[in-house]
Amino acid sequence: MKKRIQELLERARNVGWMMEPDARELLKLYNLPVTMFHWVHTREDALKAAADIGYPVVTKIVSPKIMHKSDAGGVRVGISNDEELSRAYDDLSRLVGFDGIIVDQMARGTELIVGAKHDPQFGMVVLTGIGGTAVEIYKDVAIRMAPFSNDTAREALSSLTGSSLLTGYRGGEAVNMEKLVHLMVHFSELAVDLEKNIESIDLNPVMCNAKDALIADARILLKEVQHT
Amino acid sequence: MKLDPLLQPESLAVVGISLSNPFNPANVIYHKNNLRYDARTYCVNPRGGTLFGDPVYKSISQVPGKIDCAVLSIRADLVPAAIEECIENEVGGAIIISGGFAETGRIDLQNQVAALAHEHNFPVIGPNCLGIFSPPSIDTFFLPSERLVTPRKGNVALLSQSGGILVDMMIKLTQEGVGISRTVSIGNKAVIDEIDLLFYLDSDPKTSVIGLYLEGFSEGRGRDFVTFMEQASRPVVLLKAGKTPGGSRAVSSHTASIAGDYPVFREVIRQSGALEAQNEAEFVSYCESLSCCKETTAERVCIITASGGHGAMASDGCFNAGIEVAQIPEDDIQELQPQLSKSVQAIASLNNPIDLTGSAGDNDFYTATRFFLEKDYVDAVILLLLPYLPAISTDIGARIASVAMQYNKPVITYMPHVDRYVMFIEGFESNGLAVAHSVEGAVHMVRAMNRRRS
Repeated sequence: MKKRIQELLERARNVGWMMEPDARELLKLYNLPVTMFHWVHTREDALKAAADIGYPVVTKIVSPKIMHKSDAGGVRVGISNDEELSRAYDDLSRLVGFDGIIVDQMARGTELIVGAKHDPQFGMVVLTGIGGTAVEIYKDVAIRMAPFSNDTAREALSSLTGSSLLTGYRGGEAVNMEKLVHLMVHFSELAVDLEKNIESIDLNPVMCNAKDALIADARILLKEVQHT
Repeated sequence: MKLDPLLQPESLAVVGISLSNPFNPANVIYHKNNLRYDARTYCVNPRGGTLFGDPVYKSISQVPGKIDCAVLSIRADLVPAAIEECIENEVGGAIIISGGFAETGRIDLQNQVAALAHEHNFPVIGPNCLGIFSPPSIDTFFLPSERLVTPRKGNVALLSQSGGILVDMMIKLTQEGVGISRTVSIGNKAVIDEIDLLFYLDSDPKTSVIGLYLEGFSEGRGRDFVTFMEQASRPVVLLKAGKTPGGSRAVSSHTASIAGDYPVFREVIRQSGALEAQNEAEFVSYCESLSCCKETTAERVCIITASGGHGAMASDGCFNAGIEVAQIPEDDIQELQPQLSKSVQAIASLNNPIDLTGSAGDNDFYTATRFFLEKDYVDAVILLLLPYLPAISTDIGARIASVAMQYNKPVITYMPHVDRYVMFIEGFESNGLAVAHSVEGAVHMVRAMNRRRS
């Protein structure tokens, strides 16, 4: 395992989960596509970041004390100018444990969830499903043992009840299947590689459109270290 | 580890016989095997003496001749020493009937047995189990023979984590006319588990279907099950209990909360090509159907019925199970019609489902079944028969079986199961055709043939 990956895991172990900037870095080390973002600690840098990414952007709190960012009011979406961004920065900077914000590209498309967890009977498994806020209600997911091939990834996607949302339902835009499959397969390899360290990972949402499949947020929970 | 000494032993030593209590499990096991099974049977108790005139040996080492299988029915804390004695005396393997191990918190005792077994490559079934039913060699179930139904000889093997469920399934399969090759109650599976036995049974010439009742795989063994399925040549039917979470834990990730233990199990098992039954009735249906027709698929069916309602129910069932109700070409309808009896011709509805009506007799069912089995667009026939109809006779099973054999396509029959119709039902079952208890059951049986194959 690369030294940098170990450093990221070590740093996260102290809090039990990995903060988003580190999680994004980890994913990039495994060649997984994440939305364009900057982690900034001043209002000026936030404005520069937005200029680089282009409006609209999303801002998210970075804090070791806040795992559920939305619940804590730590996410602002659809920010479309400098003024709104400055205000968002000021709001977020007042949250507990503030360690800067992420200025993130606002990707559009169909929201998927791709996750991994350690199953006691089957080892690492990867879950893929139609995402969004209702994911826990509809539970339209496919679960496959990791690692898996392109064929299994395709088969898993087509087994979803909502699979037609991905292939272009009633004139809707079909997602870039090749990039999505690529993302799933690489993610399944990451899951196996990090089996000993990781309890579960949520890539939620993964934004899929005709051009791209991009990870817009990631939550990585670490296994509790056995104290012997 | 070699499992032949356990599943097909030539000699058996029952350790823990009681000299005073005839209902002691060891005594039941001893008498049963001594009287009814092929393995040469010995009994062991440290006090020695005789039991109904047979010698009681004071220890395993005193038994004359080689012991393939030792059945231990003694106090849990005495088991490790008995296993050591078996190993020293080159016994082929042991079945530990006794409870009092991991299930009561004595994990240490169980680990001790497992460590000994692994160190000496010594196969052990149990502890906390009924052991092995493998006629004509042995039957270590401590249940008096007269209390059980006598299983029929056949090709279904069963493995079960619960002894009670195993016996129930044996009774139910027997009632359905399904024969059994061997069954193993694996108990706490300290050494030999379901995966080891699946590999064994998959190359057992007597077995062609394997049924498995499981509460869960041990750590990581689920993956080994998938590996097994990748190369398995026998279909595996699985029934799982313990699907609901025992208690709710706070989970802060979507993946962990959606992909609970059972959803993962269900998805992975489906992918593996094993067939998961949702309940006991489905389990029995699947085993019955696969024991009759193991190599076929049945994606397109023809439903032949004596009643429109039954036909409609079967149609709905097929639709929900992803089974196609074949479209019958108009020419074929025209061709079949004049072959039916006069009274039926006028009123039958010959669009699949083929409703021959309550006026139909043996000849009409035979003619229609043969007609459609011959067609390339039909993989299997579902026959919905009502034995209370006047023109149907007890010969029908044998006649339908003869034509099913000729075309080598499955025919699954539904008939109401009450004592009065036993002769009708046996006409099918004794000729190797599966009979379902319900219309839904008949559809399950067809579905079983269409399990995913790797």
